[in-house]
Amino acid sequence: MRRYLRLLGVQLRMSVASAMAYRADFLVEGAMSAAWMAVALLPLFVLYGERDTVAGWDAPSALVVLAYFMGVRAVVEGVVNPSLVELVDRIRTGAFDYVLLKPVDAQLLVSGSRYEPWKVLDLLGAAGVAVYAFVLRGHGPEPGHLLVGLALFATGVLAMYALWILCAAASFWVVRLDNLTYLLSAIFDTARWPVQVFRGAWRIVFTFVIPVAVMTTYPAMALLGALDAGTALASAGGALALLGLSRLVWRAAIRSYTSASS
Amino acid sequence: MRSGTSRALRALPTLFRVGVAETVAYRAEFLVWLLTSTLPLVMLGLWTSVAGEGPFRGYASPDFVAYYLATLVVRNLTGSWVSWQVSEEVRTGALAMRLLRPVHPFVALGASHLAAVPFRTIVALPIALVLLASSGASALSGDPGQLLCVLPSVALAWLVTFATLFTIGSLAFFITKSMAIANLYFGLFSLLSGYLLPLPLLPRWVATVAELTPFPAMLTTPVELLTRTLSGADLARLLGVQLGWAAATVLVALTVWRLGVRRFEAVGG
Repeated sequence: MRRYLRLLGVQLRMSVASAMAYRADFLVEGAMSAAWMAVALLPLFVLYGERDTVAGWDAPSALVVLAYFMGVRAVVEGVVNPSLVELVDRIRTGAFDYVLLKPVDAQLLVSGSRYEPWKVLDLLGAAGVAVYAFVLRGHGPEPGHLLVGLALFATGVLAMYALWILCAAASFWVVRLDNLTYLLSAIFDTARWPVQVFRGAWRIVFTFVIPVAVMTTYPAMALLGALDAGTALASAGGALALLGLSRLVWRAAIRSYTSASS
Repeated sequence: MRSGTSRALRALPTLFRVGVAETVAYRAEFLVWLLTSTLPLVMLGLWTSVAGEGPFRGYASPDFVAYYLATLVVRNLTGSWVSWQVSEEVRTGALAMRLLRPVHPFVALGASHLAAVPFRTIVALPIALVLLASSGASALSGDPGQLLCVLPSVALAWLVTFATLFTIGSLAFFITKSMAIANLYFGLFSLLSGYLLPLPLLPRWVATVAELTPFPAMLTTPVELLTRTLSGADLARLLGVQLGWAAATVLVALTVWRLGVRRFEAVGG
């Protein structure tokens, strides 16, 4: 266990070092974070400029969902995405052989192989939006709700990570599937809205098939104190089940790995 | 120059054939790539349920359906990844091969991406049919003359988009992070082209800023021709503005390319 932590630490240090080498990127990344925040916030302002509530959600509550969306996306783009893009590349070129040769778990090794430290800016932006939302509400979250909200944030990130691992596993069978990652982030875009605003089949898809509700809506409801214990447990359980499933698929994928290099 | 033009014209059929072959070879990737533009569908789901509680600033549910499905069709037909392609070739040095050929890369790449348009209709056509069958059909324009202008308008939108993306890709000659610019560009595009929200719904000042940029010419104009009833003067003005932006963006693209290619030193061989 300690070996793994040390390994992750080394990999993180390497990424931070290379990010520091390109300090000017800080400005570019900062500008990008701001631009995307504007894109995310504008429809919300347009919508709530006319209406007080939409599908039972008022403006501050919808902002909390958006904050969760930005937070999950920051973690995914900062930690999961760069690593898996590298993985797909390694599978294609056959360099994945060297990963399998190492005496540590391959999934762990590839999952934390690369970071984008500047995504911390996005995470700070997300926290800022959440704080602003609670300022609008006039009172902060209760400590208990905060705890559950943070716990569900973690399970939400894990659910998204599980989907990514499933995509990565697919690339063992069908090489050159980097596009699938774009599709995944495009679908994840729906998570910026509370799942209740979607009706009928959409809502079922976004709750059970591609569980974006688990990633943002339920955690936000927990933070707002509007989620009952049963749904909270089901949400966390669903995320963990997805994680387990992705682990099984990953193992099966590894077994069918045939090196591209020889 | 004249011989250059005639050379390019003679090469065009071959370039088209190559483009078709490329698209067919990577068909799975291509399809997945097209499916990534789901943002209008998300917005469609959102706004129809909002409009279900009552019209939103004059937009009823069918208006949103028509707007976002039309947006999806136009976006599918006009999008391309040429900025990624150009910056990648500059970065890896693969551009050296392209420079050896006697056809300007703008034309060569343009032909290759145009060749993909028939494949793009494989995705765009079903969406268009859904649009015609859905409640959105009632919100479409019924004027045949106006609908006829949609085709040239989509073609101009394609050209403005292509030239802008080509310019962004060419920035790789000057800076290493040109893909970050492409990302920033997509943010601005979402906001100012009407991709995210119909421009009339945007705050006044954002819409005014948008009017001064080429972004509406990339998307909103053909969508407006499809979904709004316009007077003859408005129609002529919209197409004229689009034509102006097409000329301007192509000029900028060629200029940035010419300045950049002077600095190009191929890496590797």
